[in-house]
Amino acid sequence: MQEIKREDLIAKAAQLLADGTVDRVIGWKKGEFDYDVTPAVFTTKEELENEFVWNDFCGANFSKYIKKEAEKSESKVMAFLKPCDTYSFNQLLTEYKFDREKVYVVGVPCNGMLDDSKIKESASGISSVTEENGKVVVDTLYDGKITLERADVLAERCANCKSKKHAAYDELLGTEGEVLDSKRFDEVEKLEKMTPDERFAFWQNELSRCIRCNACRNICPACTCEKCVFDNPASGVENKAISDSFEEKMFHIIRAFHVVGRCTDCGECSRVCPQNIPLHLLNRKFIKDINGFYGEYQAGAEVGSRAPIVDYTKEDLEPSEAVERGEENA
Amino acid sequence: MQVNEFKPLIVAFCCNWCSYAGADLAGNNRLNYPAEVKIVRVPCSCRVNPMFILRAFQKGADGVILCGCHPGDCHYTSGNYYTRRRMALLFSMLDYLGIEKERTRVEWVSAAEGAKFAATMNDFVEKVISLGENKRLEDLRCKK
Repeated sequence: MQEIKREDLIAKAAQLLADGTVDRVIGWKKGEFDYDVTPAVFTTKEELENEFVWNDFCGANFSKYIKKEAEKSESKVMAFLKPCDTYSFNQLLTEYKFDREKVYVVGVPCNGMLDDSKIKESASGISSVTEENGKVVVDTLYDGKITLERADVLAERCANCKSKKHAAYDELLGTEGEVLDSKRFDEVEKLEKMTPDERFAFWQNELSRCIRCNACRNICPACTCEKCVFDNPASGVENKAISDSFEEKMFHIIRAFHVVGRCTDCGECSRVCPQNIPLHLLNRKFIKDINGFYGEYQAGAEVGSRAPIVDYTKEDLEPSEAVERGEENA
Repeated sequence: MQVNEFKPLIVAFCCNWCSYAGADLAGNNRLNYPAEVKIVRVPCSCRVNPMFILRAFQKGADGVILCGCHPGDCHYTSGNYYTRRRMALLFSMLDYLGIEKERTRVEWVSAAEGAKFAATMNDFVEKVISLGENKRLEDLRCKK
């Protein structure tokens, strides 16, 4: 259950539309199913009342949508941002991707979003998902009502939430949260402790499921290049290669590498992956390495910060030492 | 004569200002290093995009070594400092994916270090031979 109510969000959006502060609102609307909430642009109060959705499946990060929407016209656009989305927002501002003056940010507190693929593991034919007494109640077509613990179906990124504090907003609804002490690197450490053969087998298993739908790239708020290296038909990695496993490794290594120092760990890549590949583990490895090698750095915590990958000191460690250090952890 | 002796393919990215001249010096001094090492001249070690390294593996390399000026000696002042950070992160990631970490290396070789260049290449090729063929990052489509 979210702290703030749908009606409050609609009232705020309607008020901003009415007084002319903004002329478009980026929000969520119902998709095919209850758990399939999709981003949408609203321009009137009626649209908001009919279609706007705010529930436990509003995971979409609007930062990248803001960039696209801000390019369309000179007028101001409003977006609802959850705490983790505001980091991406700051990061895009750092990269001059849009004009801050053209955006009005309404911060909304977030109690964590649910992962529909986790719900689907224990329920099929889901017709609605509601919450009663802190438990998730899933209404299904075949098995009636199924009650699940909220912690069991919470999205991975939310279970390891790094911050409930908004890094940027014009207006905040609800209460301001805190930066949390998350355990998000635990899984990465577990992998580091494996032998290289086990790690290879693990990733081979995960990455071979990739269908190269490019959803992770398209959703990523850090992937905002107009032209992407992966669209080059001469690269041999622009499409899924059935015959071998190189393409998937190349794609995932480079995808993660291209957002080094800019990835805020919002977890959108893993959320949208239709094959449930734990892509965040690649990004987190880079974040963990940066923290370990060059000092703690959180992309998007403030506007204008210099990413470690475009910076250096004379005493940086050598690449060989970097690998050795990983070994010591094992 | 051994028939099926494994001949690795090594790609060495060498910076124009230091390591490429170092390789030249090794040649002038008649120092031996394996012919399997194919040198690609780059304007600066910083020119090497992580994709180049993976690309070399895709096209059949068994080992990739990147040579540049010693930190502090970059012709462009700071290029190799960026290389150092970039490659530290990339190599750590390759290791994380379970790809043999001995297949990739960064070495700083100056224009005066012909002997170091030859010794580095000998050592690296030996390492790669002991690892055998590159199987974990190979692209079957590129195999002849």
